[in-house]
Amino acid sequence: MSEQLLERPAERVVERVTLAKALNAGLRRAMEADDKVLVMGEDVGKLGGVFRITDGLQKDFGEDRVIDSPLAESGIVGTAVGLALRGYRPVVEIQFDGFVYPAYDQIVCQVAKMRYRSGGNLTMPMVIRIPYGGGIGAVEHHSESPEAQFAHTPGLKVVTCSNPVDGYWMIQQAIASDDPVIFLEPKRQYHADKVDLDTSATPDPLFASRVVRSGSDATLVTYGPQVKVALAAAEAAAAEGRSLEVIDLRTLSPLDLGPVYDSVRRTGRAVVTHEAHVNLGMGAEIAARISEECFYSLEAPVLRVGGYDTPYPASRIEEEFLPDLDRVLDAVDRSFDH
Amino acid sequence: MSQQLTGPDLAGEGPDPRTTTASSDGSTSGSTQAFEEVFGPTRDNEPELVQLLTPEGERQHHPLFDQDFSADMLRGFYRDMVLVRRLDTEATALQRHGELGLWAQLLGQEAAQIGAGRALRAQDHVFPTYREHGVAWCKGVDPLRLLAIFRGVDQGAWDPEAHHFGLYTIVIGAQTLHAVGYGMGMQRDGVVGTGDPDRDAAVIAHFGDGASSQGDVNEAFIFAASYNAPVVFFCQNNQWAISEPIERQSRIPLYQRANGFGFPGVRVDGNDVLATYAVTQAALQRAREGQGPTFVEAYTYRMGAHTTTDDPTRYRLNDDVERWKLRDPIKRLEVYLRRNGLVDDAWLAEVGEEANELGRTLREGCKSMPDPKPDAMFAHVYAEETEELRAQREGFAAYHASFEGGAA
Ligand SMILES: Cc1ncc(C[n+]2csc(CCOP(=O)(O)OP(=O)(O)O)c2C)c(N)n1
Repeated sequence: MSEQLLERPAERVVERVTLAKALNAGLRRAMEADDKVLVMGEDVGKLGGVFRITDGLQKDFGEDRVIDSPLAESGIVGTAVGLALRGYRPVVEIQFDGFVYPAYDQIVCQVAKMRYRSGGNLTMPMVIRIPYGGGIGAVEHHSESPEAQFAHTPGLKVVTCSNPVDGYWMIQQAIASDDPVIFLEPKRQYHADKVDLDTSATPDPLFASRVVRSGSDATLVTYGPQVKVALAAAEAAAAEGRSLEVIDLRTLSPLDLGPVYDSVRRTGRAVVTHEAHVNLGMGAEIAARISEECFYSLEAPVLRVGGYDTPYPASRIEEEFLPDLDRVLDAVDRSFDH
Repeated sequence: MSQQLTGPDLAGEGPDPRTTTASSDGSTSGSTQAFEEVFGPTRDNEPELVQLLTPEGERQHHPLFDQDFSADMLRGFYRDMVLVRRLDTEATALQRHGELGLWAQLLGQEAAQIGAGRALRAQDHVFPTYREHGVAWCKGVDPLRLLAIFRGVDQGAWDPEAHHFGLYTIVIGAQTLHAVGYGMGMQRDGVVGTGDPDRDAAVIAHFGDGASSQGDVNEAFIFAASYNAPVVFFCQNNQWAISEPIERQSRIPLYQRANGFGFPGVRVDGNDVLATYAVTQAALQRAREGQGPTFVEAYTYRMGAHTTTDDPTRYRLNDDVERWKLRDPIKRLEVYLRRNGLVDDAWLAEVGEEANELGRTLREGCKSMPDPKPDAMFAHVYAEETEELRAQREGFAAYHASFEGGAA
């Protein structure tokens, strides 16, 4: 872990920022703190990335540190492996979730295993940023949720931010980590909300989940783009007199389920929601573990709400695919039917 | 003596010694000739290779790559090749005795590897595939560390930075990208093109003819060319990718591919240690000076099986093997050394004894290698171990202890 990268400035600056702006500011801070931090990817330079997350970085840090790469995902990740071996901290941008697969071999076979294979002689301090998830009306390959594929791979750590404040801190913490981090950014949140960001605050640790709304009747476990949906569902449920606790996992590998167990032991009910396909998804793992840990507290089986087990559909019907407030509340109702 | 390859423009007009087609015996049909003009030489009609020592042990001269070799260097090459061949035969025998699960043989590829390996300076960094035992030897990696991988003791637990020799890589071609990235790091570290020979560094990536078909290798070419990375792509074209012949990978001689990516390619006689040394050295020097990548195709032959589990009699002609035996890299250097009075029987016997000694060390070292402790599987997954994994490791330890302690 690089301590230098985690140092916080003393002066308090508060800005209202979007997730996109917060990530940009976080990247900028990391690049200022350590000149070994490099940004690489397609269009990350002059254009600032297709989502503008790296906007202005090349202008300020130069082409040697913000590297517009050839259009070759395996090449981007594979050369980043070499740079990491040379002592750099590459932050790689995959343009869209559906384009990470050409790099899948490098990520799963090389990035994830380098330390293990070398008997601890090598480290892989690399961040692979992936804008993920749907809801932006895109064409195919632009709305996928591949988190389980990476969370299933030992050697990788997988995190996802759901709001600007987390985005700002988590990207810096991921860069500071000596382990490779798959950093999932909910793309439909990029420009959605502005919140106050205090750059002198003390952030939560990177690999920790967090209760984002307290409640006593049931627990909603979620992450990334679904946090907003779950909070809206909890709001609606409250209007009908039902109190839902919402937990933002934030880290998918390792999973930090302590707060989830505590919550479920109190509420007796859990619904896990995510955009990814339900079959063998994160929800399956979380439901299994809740069953193992909280068996005697459960009033109902752990239920899952997610994308259907189809390829991501054409965007005109994506709202049907994406779990929304109603489907979440429906699952809560089913839990209470038990 | 510093040598330089000229840039990609060499591939343009005018005669290029590297692309001259060996003259056929005059009976070439029109269409064959046209084919060769467009695509270069076919396999049956091998091209003129960069060669400094013929299979008969005669010294050749080459306009671009020739150099003087001291007697010590020549003897050193010979010794390296003999010892590395012993390492190879010994490991093969150890596999037959059940001491290794598998071995990837280099028989016949000694000159390609020692030539390339000895051309490296201490600061140059190697990204190997799984067969680079000779290059590992040159970089001072203990051969027992290689055996450990094939014995299943670890997966390559030497320190890559200390030896400037990366991990063996099984996924074919993956390491070529790592090499380019590492070279890009060297550029950023200011150790390329400074003019200081002790400082300037380069990277070499090893891979096979089969691997040249992989996307990663082609992506590596593109990245290296685009960023002018200080990389030598060193392909040992040993004619076979397990059972698939080179014709299944390429319609043109591999070295010609480099032109399409915008950097020079050279085909060198991979069974000629002098030529592989000279060509690799020139390519490395070019890289160190900041002139970018080079593709070196070492034209050689895998005389052994692909690995100890392979049965080459199913796909390859015995005639070919016999033909290539006549080009044995060790034999030809021995002839040259003897003919020129550079070695005598006593010296050769000494090297033979050294090889026997190496064999003994490897046999004993291999057999006495302890198995890793079972809980070693939990080590080094992460720089910062996760709570989940710590719990699993402790659970595993407790489970084991329940057996040992349970009996008492
Ligand atoms: C991506 C990938 N596909 C398949 C294999 C299985 N495999 C191992 S070696 C090999 C042949 C490689 O041939 P070549 O690159 O010519 O190298 P050589 O072993 O002949 O030196 C194959 C197919 C592999 N290791 N990696």
